[in-house]
Amino acid sequence: MLKVLGAQIKEFKKDSILTPVFMILEVIMEMVIPMLMASIIDDGVNAGNMNHIYIVGVQMIVIALIGLWAGLMGAKYGARASTGFARNLRKAMFENIQTYSFSNIDKYSTSSLITRLTTDVTNMQNSYQMILRMAMRAPASMIIAMIMAFTINARLASVYLVAVVFLAVCLSLIIPRATKHFRQVFEKYDELNSSVQENVSAIRVVKAYVREDYETDKFRKANSNIYNMFLKAEKLVVINMPLMQATVYTCILIISWLGAKMIVAGGLTTGEMMSLLAYCMNILMSLMMVSMIFVMLTMSYASAKRIAEALTEKSDLENPEKPITEVHDGSISFNNVSFAYHKEGKPVLKNINLEIKSGETIGIIGGTGSAKSSLVNLISRLYDVTQGQLLVGGIDVRKYDMEALRNQVSVVLQKNVLFSGTILENLRWGDKDASEEECVRACRLACADEFIQKMPDKYNTHIEQGGTNVSGGQKQRLCIARALLKKPKILILDDSTSAVDTATDAKIRKAFAEEIPDTTKLIIAQRISSVQNADRIIVMDNGEVSAFGTHDELLESSPIYREVYESQTGGNADFDENGGD
Amino acid sequence: MPNGPMGGRRRGGPRPKIENPGKLFKRLMGYVMKNYTPHVIIVVICIFIGVFANIQGTLFTQTLIDSYIMPLLGTADPDFSGLAHAIARVACFYAIGALSAYIYNRIMINVSQGTMRNIRNDMFSTMETLPIKYFDTHAHGDIMSCYTNDIDTLRQMISQSMPQFLNSAITIVSVFISMVILSVPLTIVTLIMVCVVLFVTKKATGLSGRYFLAQQKALGAVNGFVEEMMEGQKVVKVFCHEEENIAKFNELNDELFDSAYNANQYGNMLGPINAQLGNLSYVVCAIVGGVLAINRIGGLTLGGLASFLTFNKSFNMPINQVSMQFNAVVMALAGADRVFKLIDEKPEVDEGYVSLVNAELVNGEIRETQKHTGMWAWKHYHKASDTVTYQRLEGAVQFDDVDFGYTDEKMVLHNIIMYAKPGQKIAFVGSTGAGKTTITNLINRFYDIQDGKIRYDAINVNKIKKADLRRSLGIVLQDTHLFTATVMENIRYGKLDATDEEVIAAAKLANAHDFIERLPQGYNTLLTGDGANLSQGQRQLLAIARAAIADPPALILDEATSSIDTRTEKIVQDGMDKLMKGRTTFVIAHRLSTVKNSDCIMVLEQGRIIERGTHDELIEAKGKYYQLYTGNAITA
Repeated sequence: MLKVLGAQIKEFKKDSILTPVFMILEVIMEMVIPMLMASIIDDGVNAGNMNHIYIVGVQMIVIALIGLWAGLMGAKYGARASTGFARNLRKAMFENIQTYSFSNIDKYSTSSLITRLTTDVTNMQNSYQMILRMAMRAPASMIIAMIMAFTINARLASVYLVAVVFLAVCLSLIIPRATKHFRQVFEKYDELNSSVQENVSAIRVVKAYVREDYETDKFRKANSNIYNMFLKAEKLVVINMPLMQATVYTCILIISWLGAKMIVAGGLTTGEMMSLLAYCMNILMSLMMVSMIFVMLTMSYASAKRIAEALTEKSDLENPEKPITEVHDGSISFNNVSFAYHKEGKPVLKNINLEIKSGETIGIIGGTGSAKSSLVNLISRLYDVTQGQLLVGGIDVRKYDMEALRNQVSVVLQKNVLFSGTILENLRWGDKDASEEECVRACRLACADEFIQKMPDKYNTHIEQGGTNVSGGQKQRLCIARALLKKPKILILDDSTSAVDTATDAKIRKAFAEEIPDTTKLIIAQRISSVQNADRIIVMDNGEVSAFGTHDELLESSPIYREVYESQTGGNADFDENGGD
Repeated sequence: MPNGPMGGRRRGGPRPKIENPGKLFKRLMGYVMKNYTPHVIIVVICIFIGVFANIQGTLFTQTLIDSYIMPLLGTADPDFSGLAHAIARVACFYAIGALSAYIYNRIMINVSQGTMRNIRNDMFSTMETLPIKYFDTHAHGDIMSCYTNDIDTLRQMISQSMPQFLNSAITIVSVFISMVILSVPLTIVTLIMVCVVLFVTKKATGLSGRYFLAQQKALGAVNGFVEEMMEGQKVVKVFCHEEENIAKFNELNDELFDSAYNANQYGNMLGPINAQLGNLSYVVCAIVGGVLAINRIGGLTLGGLASFLTFNKSFNMPINQVSMQFNAVVMALAGADRVFKLIDEKPEVDEGYVSLVNAELVNGEIRETQKHTGMWAWKHYHKASDTVTYQRLEGAVQFDDVDFGYTDEKMVLHNIIMYAKPGQKIAFVGSTGAGKTTITNLINRFYDIQDGKIRYDAINVNKIKKADLRRSLGIVLQDTHLFTATVMENIRYGKLDATDEEVIAAAKLANAHDFIERLPQGYNTLLTGDGANLSQGQRQLLAIARAAIADPPALILDEATSSIDTRTEKIVQDGMDKLMKGRTTFVIAHRLSTVKNSDCIMVLEQGRIIERGTHDELIEAKGKYYQLYTGNAITA
């Protein structure tokens, strides 16, 4: 995992190395100051030598300024290294996600991908900065101060050694326990928040069933539980500070007592004792810092793991060695195709055999879960077949260049999305060089032009993120137009006119038949009226083709088709959701 | 961490501006003090003791050098008993200091966590009472961020910033006094250096603040783009739009890098600036102090200088801390502002006084009873005469010229007049946005009407207690929502004291039993993420079962079977028919099969009822319903 993440440091290696170097330089400068201080007191004040005070004083100022410079450099390079690292992480992740196939995308939820690209990267940036600036500085500061203390007086300095060991042992007892408690409590805390989230989105259910008090009670209980868990965790952490204080104080007193005796006996100077006291704080504070860094790093471990996961995920669809870039025609044939979403999973499509001629219009009908969408998703190789062979234009889809194939097989997905930008920009997803006339023509075919013309800015109307400012039916028609602009050999509409009223739906189909007769059209629909005029209709049932034929044939032969037909016509017709123009 | 690098998770928001920080702070303190006054008093006392003990310790350096080391220097047989005494005395001070630090930190846990718990409780219980309108007009993400981000910053402020402020303030004052006592000239030098530090800090904060804003903006842009593209990732694949996407992303990402780099750089600089300028101040004091001590100006002794230098450090430290905490406090107050805004939201008004009770007939007279009889009665309390009358619940619903709009400016329903007799099935049909769902939301008073009257069993719904009104209406909503709990518990939501057998019976009624049995743990299968592991149709079946177990006198079914395919729907329809039997039912559906056998069908268009009647009557009329029904309004 570290290797995967570390590989993204790239051009910021220099900054990443310079940062700790400057931080250590800063620390050294800081550590020299108490040393010189001893000199000022002993050789200056005690000896009554003003000159010495001035000389050492200037030295100290210079050293403080070098320290300042090193600190600022450390700040600069640290910022560059960490924000640069974050940039590379985001870039690498985003690029990798773009290579994901549908099944890779299915594996991660949208929100988890967003978290990885946003919050997790921010966490990594902060952690990385901390590692570069603090994780080096604190131990360095501790070690240098320790060395300084030992050079002044090894006997007295050994007190610090004992103190450090003592404090380290105590911290190593407290911190892991506290982290464990914290991890538990944060888990519960997340649960609490997701239950709040649930309440917010299901507020109508809560209110309809008059469960406000019940939910509040439930919340209070969970909340008290969290309160108690936090107490337990923080009770442990809170020992740290007084423990540290007690250790520092004890050190000061021991040094004072032993130091005073040594000074009187002539083995130590007053200035030296003061330096030792100054180092005391440095050593123990640094130790504290190290333990804090440790805690914070373990907390960002989860983020690091998630990012590494997204980075190493490999697309399970690959372009062939010598890809074919030309799709000959719009014929499709399924040869004994079976398909499962997971390797060991239950197959959702079983032994599919179909021959579809170029230019045919094919309707597909069947209940929810009958694998209609799965069937068409195989055609543009959004997923790979598990068994059998799928030919487009007479050639196995796995032999095509994926981009070429998808440009020729245009799919309007069931769950479709428009992006923020103008209508024209959205349409040009289909063909980025399309002229405005071409866009208008596609919109006429999809019956979208009529409502676009009524909009104040026509084709330059801005679409909000997710297409929230157009109605469901309008959105579907725009998506169809977008797909048409690809001028595909095969056009697949996956339940893409469900929110369009029957009349408009019929108009679109009529336009298809007249304007793009050579394009093979596959239309999945719930509504029988959407498919009944197709050349042939596939009836899907439970992952299998239950029947395949013309409307009239199927009325005769397929009981399922007949049942659906009867439930939707005559006395059982379907009400239309008007497009909402 | 001043101007923390990308600190807030709240996207794109610039540094918050708070209107009345003083008032907010006072209110927050009020919250803390309400339950924890004694705790806070002890904490303040402990902080005082701690600071005092610390200062005693620092002053000890002077005593140590001036009284115990200097005089003994050169003596043949030094007597350390006085020193031992002094050390014992300081040890006591130190012990008290450490102990008080422990006590106050320990108590602060209770205070901060307890206050957080109380605020969360208040937020949630208030939230539950808010009208639906609140949830319509506030982004759910914003509501949630009160519970997560805002509470977190508040916790930091209460548990860390506030005690630290107090500690710092007391330390600054007492150290200042001690410094003045030790040496006035050195104090002046220290103060000058502090001014320099503050000035430089302010400059750096200003610079980083500007870049910080730019960073937040760039971060918002990146996050927005990421959200949109992840949401539409499959469409990106289908249109082979990966490269364009990467190019656009890189552009935004580089922009973010630039501003984040600068914001971080200047933010980071505060640390070394504070630390090294502190060192500089220390050095200058040492030089000036050395000169003063040699010349014995102002009575500064060597020990005095040693103590003063320690004070110099302990004077700079709290000032740095305060300046660093300042940003955290501003953020926290902005969070507090949002939290209090939520707590201050006006709950749903309920002026109803008519309540719903279980009833039984005793000698032809309606009596209230505790047990579930299947018979319900409205209980009127007449204030004037202090009497109670009962009226049997029938389930008649009447709309009397009702106008309604979500805002006063724009009406969405106009002159709705309708009457549902007890036990009747009323259907609403019409296009999206015609106002079908809105009508049903008025019956159970999710919204209040602008004009006209809605009567339930001839009682104005405004007079019925909201809880009782809603209890009398079962509702299956267009969007199904399930809770993180077992299937059993989810169905039981409709009737909390239902036995397992009752739950199963309800599931059977809704024809949900079969698929539940096939789930890995049957009725004990845990549903998470709004039932993400179920199909939309299965979720609707559970929602129907949940309504069934509540056994309400009247029902509202809003597109309850929309996601169930035609074949499955037949099965569900049986269950629904059983459920609807003998109950007043309002049905919204776009499937004719669901609507056809209704007693009355209302055709809605643009907020008005344009046609009404039975199926046959409407077909006869050859109006809008006929057009919808035949499905070929134009091409025919």
